[in-house]
Amino acid sequence: MSTTTQDDFHAHSGHEHHQQSFASRWLMSTNHKDIGTLYIVAAFVGAMVGGVLSMIMRLQLMYPHNHIVTSGAEWNAIITAHGLIMIFWFVMPALIGGMGNWFVPLMIGAPDMAFPRLNNMSFWFLVAGFIFVMLGLLLGTGTGAGWTLYPPLDNAQYSPGVATDFSLFSIHLVGISSLLGAINFIATILNMRAPGMTMHKMPLFCWAILVTAFLLVLAIPVLAGAVTMLIMDRNFGTSFFEPSGGGDPVLFQHLFWFFGHPEVYIMILPAFGIISHVVSTFSKKPVFGYLGMAYAMVIIGFVGFVVWAHHMFVSAISTDSRVYFEVATLVIAVPTGIKVFSWIATMWGGSIEFKTPMLWAVGFIFLFVIGGATGVVLANAPLDQELHNDYFLIAHFHYVLSMGAAFAIFAGFYYWIGKMTGHQYPEFWGKVHFWSFFIGVNLTFFPMHFLGLAGMPRRYPDYADAFAGWNYVSSVGALISGASTLVFFYVLYRIFTSKEVLADNYWGEGATTLEWAVPSPAPQHTFLDVPVIR
Amino acid sequence: MSGYLHTAKDQVKGSVPHPYHLVDPSLWPIFGAMSAMTTFAGIIMAAHFHNFILLIIGLLSVATIMFVWWRDVVHESRTPGLHKLITQVGLRYGMALFISSEVMFFVSFFWNYFNYFFFPEKMGTAFAPVWPPQGITSIDPFAIPLFNTMVLLLSGTTITWAHHALLEGDQKNLVRGLGVTILLGLSFLCGQAWEYTHSPFPFYHGGIYASSFFIATGFHGLHVIIGTIFLIVCFFRARAGQFTPSRHFGFEAAAWYWHFVDVVWLFLFVCIYYLGRSAVVAG
Repeated sequence: MSTTTQDDFHAHSGHEHHQQSFASRWLMSTNHKDIGTLYIVAAFVGAMVGGVLSMIMRLQLMYPHNHIVTSGAEWNAIITAHGLIMIFWFVMPALIGGMGNWFVPLMIGAPDMAFPRLNNMSFWFLVAGFIFVMLGLLLGTGTGAGWTLYPPLDNAQYSPGVATDFSLFSIHLVGISSLLGAINFIATILNMRAPGMTMHKMPLFCWAILVTAFLLVLAIPVLAGAVTMLIMDRNFGTSFFEPSGGGDPVLFQHLFWFFGHPEVYIMILPAFGIISHVVSTFSKKPVFGYLGMAYAMVIIGFVGFVVWAHHMFVSAISTDSRVYFEVATLVIAVPTGIKVFSWIATMWGGSIEFKTPMLWAVGFIFLFVIGGATGVVLANAPLDQELHNDYFLIAHFHYVLSMGAAFAIFAGFYYWIGKMTGHQYPEFWGKVHFWSFFIGVNLTFFPMHFLGLAGMPRRYPDYADAFAGWNYVSSVGALISGASTLVFFYVLYRIFTSKEVLADNYWGEGATTLEWAVPSPAPQHTFLDVPVIR
Repeated sequence: MSGYLHTAKDQVKGSVPHPYHLVDPSLWPIFGAMSAMTTFAGIIMAAHFHNFILLIIGLLSVATIMFVWWRDVVHESRTPGLHKLITQVGLRYGMALFISSEVMFFVSFFWNYFNYFFFPEKMGTAFAPVWPPQGITSIDPFAIPLFNTMVLLLSGTTITWAHHALLEGDQKNLVRGLGVTILLGLSFLCGQAWEYTHSPFPFYHGGIYASSFFIATGFHGLHVIIGTIFLIVCFFRARAGQFTPSRHFGFEAAAWYWHFVDVVWLFLFVCIYYLGRSAVVAG
């Protein structure tokens, strides 16, 4: 073992200065940082398209009897594409493909991912899937079955065109992308940790990605099977979900949610990982209860596989099933509580600095707890049967996703952008972005609780006049979030025109993971000499 | 995160050269994704417009990309110094996880089957709550299915014969064992082709029994085809002397995959052919 000092990580920054053509670097990449960047760019495009769709929806719902959306079919196509795109082409590529690719190898002290070419193919499958989901939105009358794709809404009788087939195959493409990416992350984390970095010394973001990747490996193929059966029913004369041939449409819901519930944790566990690092850094304290935090995620991942039918309380499942799935679901509040209390305990007595990433992280904790609390409400089968198909449910899952996952994405973005680009964000405008978005999303989604409790059904382009007031407030909130996105564009402009030179560890004391031991921006190749951990 | 260290660099006490294999930029990933996209678009074209051109182009490109990509991998594995021990371990993780995901893929089809096997009332009130459904004559499990079970079990032993020969550096028996395994795989496929073409129930609009039967056995058959191709590649690599007693992960991955296909078949045979047989069976 050579006894070089840590400064030798810098010595290798000269390696990558050989010229690489644009095509070779961005189309043929085998570099985890470049592929991570591609994922983040793709997630940005996905967020923009999904965001424009949500703006159209909120404008339509701003006043009763509006005609911005011209038909029910168009509305259905918009809500379907909004759901699919935000999940598969924004949250997942941002958190897993983007930040996972960038920072898992850096945090474990590895020079790259285990299978670099496979890593690149995962990305291009994501792009291929995006092309398909857009065709599914735009061809004919679009795909109108909702992101959950329940039969009979998307069978050959009710959705005859090619659009639905493109949407279904887009799930296959993005599923292959996620599956290959997940295999890559597990192999990387289990096999390529720096010498001395035991599993119990591994940063929490890597734990989060590891658990997420296992969920993907086990859940995605079941979705692939279900989608395959749907495609067969539509095109090749089978009867899996066709009652006329003895098929059972509820079976699709079981298969879908056996994937769909782990998918919820696939989107939020990486967010948990990011929040832990941000809270720890800006409290200048190690994370409280590190092992409890790691294993809480493992438990959430495990229990996440046995609660799926709580999405089906209104789908005529038996009373015994409802009792089991209600109780099992409530159990998840325990490990989630461990995480929330540990974040608060991390801040407790710390030297807290409210830089922009910390604002997003604290915002995350606050809003995720609200979404979690309404989740506890909805876990109760009798309450869910009342609330399932109205706006209370929309409010619930947007609090955990639009404010949970998206806030964590922004927290990670502001935390790491200096490491990724070598340029720091403008603190003032970052805070403006945070506060405008915070106000916008809360104004959008909090009134939906009231609308839902008052009985406004979801997935309709119109509503009774009695719901006009809160819908107007909600739409104003959406417009504020939209304006906040313009602030984010300005932040991006400032980042990429910044001349500021950043230190390796620009956050100082408190940022203890290995990515802070390499220069900012991180050179093309890092840890060609792998660090030996104490 | 570890302990109470307050900077990243405090926890690093030195460094060693990395032992991994960092690959060069490659065109295959983007072409691979685009050929998969073409194939899927081809399926849609074929189903809606009976136009097979895109599907054929897509499948040919997928096959081509697989060939050139794995040719690169084989070449790299045979270039001294690239695939060190830790890279070989990484490939094992990759293959084991891939097979795990395949297991979950089959879980969805078994789930579908058991949904009706255990709860035949889920076929709806138009159907008597019995499985197999009334009017279905199932395939005699002790005719071709039992023969195919024996064929696959035997192939599990012949691949082990090849493996042991390989471990002892006996190239002749390695090639023989692989050759016999491939022939057994092909005879399984012949048996299945005969079974499909003489099936007492139709695939198209054949109802839930036929759908469940054909999707589970059909995807298994597809995996036998893939596994056989994998073994054929190993056969030629074995004849070219590319496997050594200490380095032969390509062979091992093929053997793992073959055993996985074998185990899936045993579940199919017991659950679908045997437990799901009708009172009167077609032979």
